[in-house]
Amino acid sequence: MSAETDPYEPLLTVRGLRVAYETARRRVEAVRGVDFELARGEVVAIVGESGSGKTTTAQAVIHLLDPAARVTAEELVFDGSSLSDLSRGQWREVRGARIGLIPQDPVVSLDPVKKIGEQVAEALRVHRLAGRRQAAARAVELLELAGLSEPALRAQQFPHQLSGGMKQRALIAAALAPEPELIIADEPTSALDVTVQKQILDHLTALVRERGTAVLLITHDLAVAADRADRILVMHDGEIVERGTAAEVLQRPRHPYTQTLVAAAPALVSSRLTPSVAVGERVVPDASAGAPAETLLSARGLVKDFAVPGRGRLRAVDGVSFEIGRGETFALVGESGSGKSTTARLVARLETATAGTLALGGEDYTHRRGEELRRLRRRFQLVYQNPYASLDPRFTVAEAIDEPLRAYGAPPSERAARVAELLDRVALPAAFASRRPAELSGGQRQRVAIARALALAPELVILDEAVSALDVSVQAQILQLLADLQAEFGLAYLFITHDLAVVRQIADRVGVMQAGRLVETGTTSQILETPGDDYTRRLIEAIPGSAPWFLPAAGPSRVF
Amino acid sequence: MIRYLIRRVLQGVFVLWAAYTLSFLILYLLPGDAATVAAAGGGDASSVDPALVVRLRHEYGLDEPLWLQYLHALGRALTGNFGDNVQTGQPALQAVVRVLPNTLELAAAALVLAIVIGFLVAIASTFPRAAWIRQLLAGLPPIGAAVPVFWIGLLLLQAFSFHLRWFPSLGDQGLRSLVLPAVTLSVPTGAYIAQLLARSLRLTLGRPYIEQVRAKGASEARVHFAHALRNAVLPTLTMVGVLVGNLLAGTVVTETVFSRTGVGRLVVQAVGDRDLPVVQVVVVFAAVAFVVSSLVVDLLYPFVDRRITLGRTAVAAA
Amino acid sequence: MSELLISETELVQPAGSEPDAAATAPRRGASARALAALRGAVRRPSLTLAVLAILLVLVWAVAPGLFTHWDPLVGDVSDRLQGPSVQHVFGTDNLGRDLWARVVYGAADSLASTALAVALALVVGSFFGLIAGFVRGWVDDAIMRVMDVVLAIPSVLLSLAIITALGFGTVNVAIAVGFASAASFARVMRSEVISISTALYVEAARASGVRWYTVLRRHVLPNSLGPVLALSALEFGTAVLAISSLSFLGFGAPPPAPEWGALISEGRNYLAIAWWLTTFPGLVIVAIVLAANRISHAVEKNGGTR
Repeated sequence: MSAETDPYEPLLTVRGLRVAYETARRRVEAVRGVDFELARGEVVAIVGESGSGKTTTAQAVIHLLDPAARVTAEELVFDGSSLSDLSRGQWREVRGARIGLIPQDPVVSLDPVKKIGEQVAEALRVHRLAGRRQAAARAVELLELAGLSEPALRAQQFPHQLSGGMKQRALIAAALAPEPELIIADEPTSALDVTVQKQILDHLTALVRERGTAVLLITHDLAVAADRADRILVMHDGEIVERGTAAEVLQRPRHPYTQTLVAAAPALVSSRLTPSVAVGERVVPDASAGAPAETLLSARGLVKDFAVPGRGRLRAVDGVSFEIGRGETFALVGESGSGKSTTARLVARLETATAGTLALGGEDYTHRRGEELRRLRRRFQLVYQNPYASLDPRFTVAEAIDEPLRAYGAPPSERAARVAELLDRVALPAAFASRRPAELSGGQRQRVAIARALALAPELVILDEAVSALDVSVQAQILQLLADLQAEFGLAYLFITHDLAVVRQIADRVGVMQAGRLVETGTTSQILETPGDDYTRRLIEAIPGSAPWFLPAAGPSRVF
Repeated sequence: MIRYLIRRVLQGVFVLWAAYTLSFLILYLLPGDAATVAAAGGGDASSVDPALVVRLRHEYGLDEPLWLQYLHALGRALTGNFGDNVQTGQPALQAVVRVLPNTLELAAAALVLAIVIGFLVAIASTFPRAAWIRQLLAGLPPIGAAVPVFWIGLLLLQAFSFHLRWFPSLGDQGLRSLVLPAVTLSVPTGAYIAQLLARSLRLTLGRPYIEQVRAKGASEARVHFAHALRNAVLPTLTMVGVLVGNLLAGTVVTETVFSRTGVGRLVVQAVGDRDLPVVQVVVVFAAVAFVVSSLVVDLLYPFVDRRITLGRTAVAAA
Repeated sequence: MSELLISETELVQPAGSEPDAAATAPRRGASARALAALRGAVRRPSLTLAVLAILLVLVWAVAPGLFTHWDPLVGDVSDRLQGPSVQHVFGTDNLGRDLWARVVYGAADSLASTALAVALALVVGSFFGLIAGFVRGWVDDAIMRVMDVVLAIPSVLLSLAIITALGFGTVNVAIAVGFASAASFARVMRSEVISISTALYVEAARASGVRWYTVLRRHVLPNSLGPVLALSALEFGTAVLAISSLSFLGFGAPPPAPEWGALISEGRNYLAIAWWLTTFPGLVIVAIVLAANRISHAVEKNGGTR
């Protein structure tokens, strides 16, 4: 390829890129005419929701698409020469050596039976950049550079011995090893906890800036893009609908889709959602008053131990106490493994607490069993994170919503009417009643799950990461729906989430969990504005969206 | 490590005991009086001398209560006495052990062939660039698994013994007489290995870490042989116990087709003669083969998959 | 049995990984659906062929007279050991009987014992698998230990032991094969029941107050049926093989009966001079086993969700 480098010539030029998948039945165009350029050393982010074509675009650049994909481009030029008609052998020389890839999910992206060091060294060995011993030594240096402690030890370890964050650092080391001019980072941290996410992105940004490596960052998170990228491209339905610097895109979005995206991004919204329609007064007094008026759920000293084969017992929940008032939203926030979901399952009595008590409306139900427990269940219902798994694939929407009604012996005539009413409440067309989950989108399924939870008119709804699996714009709609329903029916929510930004939109009070303990409880504004605990502070700092242009031009001041 | 070994050996002993008990229950409990049948010697049961039946019943201990029969039989089995061959009066265990080497020779030859064929076909059905070659080769193992073993044997006999006269059609003398039976026996097992491995390879090749290797610029050969194959072999390894069982079962038919002396042919004769002790010994031997091969694989496994340490499953560091 | 982490279940591909593909699928009328089925048949010729092959053999079993005018049991000795011709498409045997007629008439016996074997395995195996998977605890342990032992003994040997006890004959062979393959049904049923009982939608149903037996009836059973049906088709093929092997060994129907395995066994004595006697019945068996496997594969792919 070209020996001399013209600093004004872009490193990567993509013009008229189209990718189509052809199956026997139909042809799906995933990318429909994408143009962009990437200068040397520049960080460009492609932002989009699932199905927008952002990952397909990235894979087309490094030529790692499924063989069924048809790629056409008017121009696909890297460092002055065309990538369009490279042979397989020529592609191998480009891949890794000149264009590196940092994958989406580090946990599944390392060969489980090979040592970390070997896998980093392989990146050098396949391009004959180093001999065996030299490559092994270099691998240790690279692991250190990627921010791994004890790199010599790590090189000798196998992937399962490393945490997710450590694995991603090893993959970064492997990607940087042959010193490529361009790195494609495909959602590099979305599988990791927020605090780890921040460290890794900080480290990666520093490394590429130092070396002048260009980065194509693929992300669903507008805030991450804004924090890290020089320029942002917003993709929607296989096309780039908006492009510009972070400040331009965030403060003056021109395309209607970007406008909704900016409006929906939780980190950018600054206040609690209010019911969208006049559905009557909210049952709960304002949250700033502190303790709720009437206690609905009271959890005292909850403890849950799990037996771990060969390792004794693991305490997942350790002395957690909180109360939820009628019509109030209490959010439990924490990273993976903090015990927040186990707490939710204890409250829902899907698990039974090892110690502590649970009371609903003053009635102790910690150890209720059988029919007694079943009768109580209609007062608290559950919505899961994954709407794909929480609906029986064989059931129609109507059957799914009808199921609890049927279980409690409601007469069939009433049931049909109630199902229709519930569908209407969660804003699904009546025609959806006869569809099956496979025919619905993620957001639609989550609406069905919410309708099912509401069927018995419960007092408490437990939402276990109920919006985490959804795209931001859908997430915003569901959160609004939850706010409306709460106002209408006076529901209390126990809202489990890892996302502090969402908390601000929905919660009245917040509890922060770490390693099974509730480290801090308070009103949403107390926790977010004046956190008392160190861990809470770290969580808040790790929320992407710290760049100055996040400050909304006009509106309530942001708190972090 | 030692504790793990002891536990695994105890588990193996349990399986052997259970196999013995199960075969005892089947052979001595199901309707059809063993003594009557033995007295009839495979002939018509109505023309049997009643005195002989009574004598045999007593000899077999069939006039005792069931649990006593079982305990006595188990006690004798522990000393290696499974009862005597009905026809020859020779101890059943001895009868089986005498022909065992022949069968082991056949099974070992077939196992080697099956592994070679299985690996070659599996790799050839995932590696080539041309899709039609892959599809063509991927079609072979299902066919191999659908063909009756005895039929393969007969076709091979027809072609290579009667027409081409390359190999003898029967007997168990020398290497030449081993070729056709071993090939016959290796077909279903080879097809099984190929199917299992090819499916596992295809799955492995779709894993993200393989794409990551490709993203490093590695060649397809490297992707296949340095990464995918090793990962894909793991699930196949766990099936070795079943494979060995299949091979043993295959000798029943193969030895009959090629008129070879061996455990398989012996058990067919024993079924024909309703020779319960011999059938039971063979069943227990099959369980021994399963237990031993499973144990060997379990002990070797950690060397192939470093995530596994003996006696403990891997738990990823959180 | 095994302490190892990686089991065969890892090979099973996760289903339903195509979230929004069907979201836009329009609802269709009955005639349109029939048309779509026809189009599907054309698009999957091997599956169509497999279904047709099984149907053909079923018709053989019910009305063999439609396919041949020869008698399967009586032949003209002057026609003995003739190769395939227009008169005798599969040739004739040592008694001058038409082989094609014997194969066609043999279908009834062979299929009946296969069906009996599969039905027995299905009922016995699924019952224990269901109990083990749903009750769990020591019941599960006890049942599965027994099944492990059954699986540790090659099914041919187990069948032989049962035949030794029961005696020879088509029905006994079918019973022997059926019992010997019950364990794999138990295992599949159990793992399906467990994976479905721990599925989120089952937990969701229980959390919304549905009683356990309703959960079993409305969620667990219908959803675990798919893989069990796929296994039934697969076991059909395996049972055809096992039964023909046992009747080849001479434990099945007594001589004049044209059972497929026995046909091949009879042809064995004329291997050097009459290749057709072993070749054609064997080809029929291979075709049926392949067809059953193909159908099993299709059932497995559909997952029985529709």
